[in-house]
Amino acid sequence: MPGLITMDDLTNEEIISLLDDAEKLLPVARGELYLPLLQGRILGNLFFEPSTRTRMSFETAMKRLGGDVVNLGDVKTSSVVKGETLFDTIQMVDGYTDIIAMRHPRQGAAQYACDSARVPIMNGGDGAGHHPTQTMLDLFTIRQAHGTLEGLNVVLAGDLRYGRTVHSLSHALVRFGCNVTFASPDSLKMPEEIVADLKEHGAEVVETDNLLDQINGADVIYMTRIQKERFPDEEEYAKVAGAYKLHARDLDGAKAEMIIMHPLPRVNEIHPSVDSTRHACYFEQAFNGVVARMALMCWLLDVKIPEDVNSAGGVL
Amino acid sequence: MSQEANMRRVTAIKNGTVIDHIPAGEALSVLKMLGIEGYMSNPVSLVMNVPSKKMGAKDIIKVEDRELTQNELDRLALVASDASVAIIRAYSVAEKLEINLTEEVVNVARCTFSNCITTNHREPLPHRLVVTSRDPLELRCRYCGKTQDLEGLLDNLL
Repeated sequence: MPGLITMDDLTNEEIISLLDDAEKLLPVARGELYLPLLQGRILGNLFFEPSTRTRMSFETAMKRLGGDVVNLGDVKTSSVVKGETLFDTIQMVDGYTDIIAMRHPRQGAAQYACDSARVPIMNGGDGAGHHPTQTMLDLFTIRQAHGTLEGLNVVLAGDLRYGRTVHSLSHALVRFGCNVTFASPDSLKMPEEIVADLKEHGAEVVETDNLLDQINGADVIYMTRIQKERFPDEEEYAKVAGAYKLHARDLDGAKAEMIIMHPLPRVNEIHPSVDSTRHACYFEQAFNGVVARMALMCWLLDVKIPEDVNSAGGVL
Repeated sequence: MSQEANMRRVTAIKNGTVIDHIPAGEALSVLKMLGIEGYMSNPVSLVMNVPSKKMGAKDIIKVEDRELTQNELDRLALVASDASVAIIRAYSVAEKLEINLTEEVVNVARCTFSNCITTNHREPLPHRLVVTSRDPLELRCRYCGKTQDLEGLLDNLL
């Protein structure tokens, strides 16, 4: 069954077509238009790990399109604690739903579920592996701001080692000919395997430990959270994390149209002073999760989005 | 030393399987991959690090009274993809077999990445390692996508 496990499951043409679909669905996501394209369909939300934005935006996307959602609920009270295998869980949920969104702490769980299921699986994050639906909303946000995905200078900063978001995104950016710069402390560098893959695709990859030097040339700065638990002691954490913080005063020389993105939640890496600058894009980015996931669910369920959604939809 | 002399290091076998041209030092891994252990009743002869015109040095294994199947031999692609295999019947070569490295190595070994979903031994789907490069050999787990540690795979044989 087709699903979305990694960005390799989509061609560049399919990505663009999904972004176009997402664009059309903006008034539906905003609640300005009622368009029940997925009425009668049920989404199974299987989040084996905590999630706020991903789970809620999947749920919102399905409900805005007239469908319904069933949730796994708290893993601690589900049959998973009784030792149920992922295979068995998927067999069961597969019978209840038309499509499944899943997050799991084990890498490869999404592909495993996809091989076990009859309904499409959407990977909402598997360990430190992939997070392609986040990538779709990231690409949507970038295209919305710059009108194109091609040839942009994108700086990915912070925890590039464990952050699955930046793994999926960097692959996608390279496919559209973007120049990627990785700014991270040495201990949180992008895994060599991924850098090698990107170079194999012909990308020029710059790796640095200095974020501030990269600001003026960037079209996009994608910040990620540096997690305290990755460091042996608090002092070391404070030293490293301090170098990957953005403050409004750091942006004086930035290009006017440069955007700052963050998959959220942020802790200290973007100072609230940045929120009121023209560069702040992270809350819009979080909202875009709804349209990106709406478009994706329609595509996986083979539901065509009308060219003119305004005349196809009704008033709420 | 000639090929003939190498083969004479151990006696000719009447019936069974001869695996020749194993990369020097890999014979023990080959036995492990075939599940051949010390307590089995078939006689097994093994020579290691003998001179070879083709390879410089090589290992040879002779397993008596057992004809290894193509499926069993294909497991060897992970350590000895260029080995030559002969089935012996009544002291003569009855069949020559080739080891095939297929596009995917299925249910031979478990993924070596500790956080892969397949490390849960109760998950029932087959273990699938995709061949991403033949020379040098590189395999990635179908599920987690991690490049496999080839030495670690020998500890993860199924």
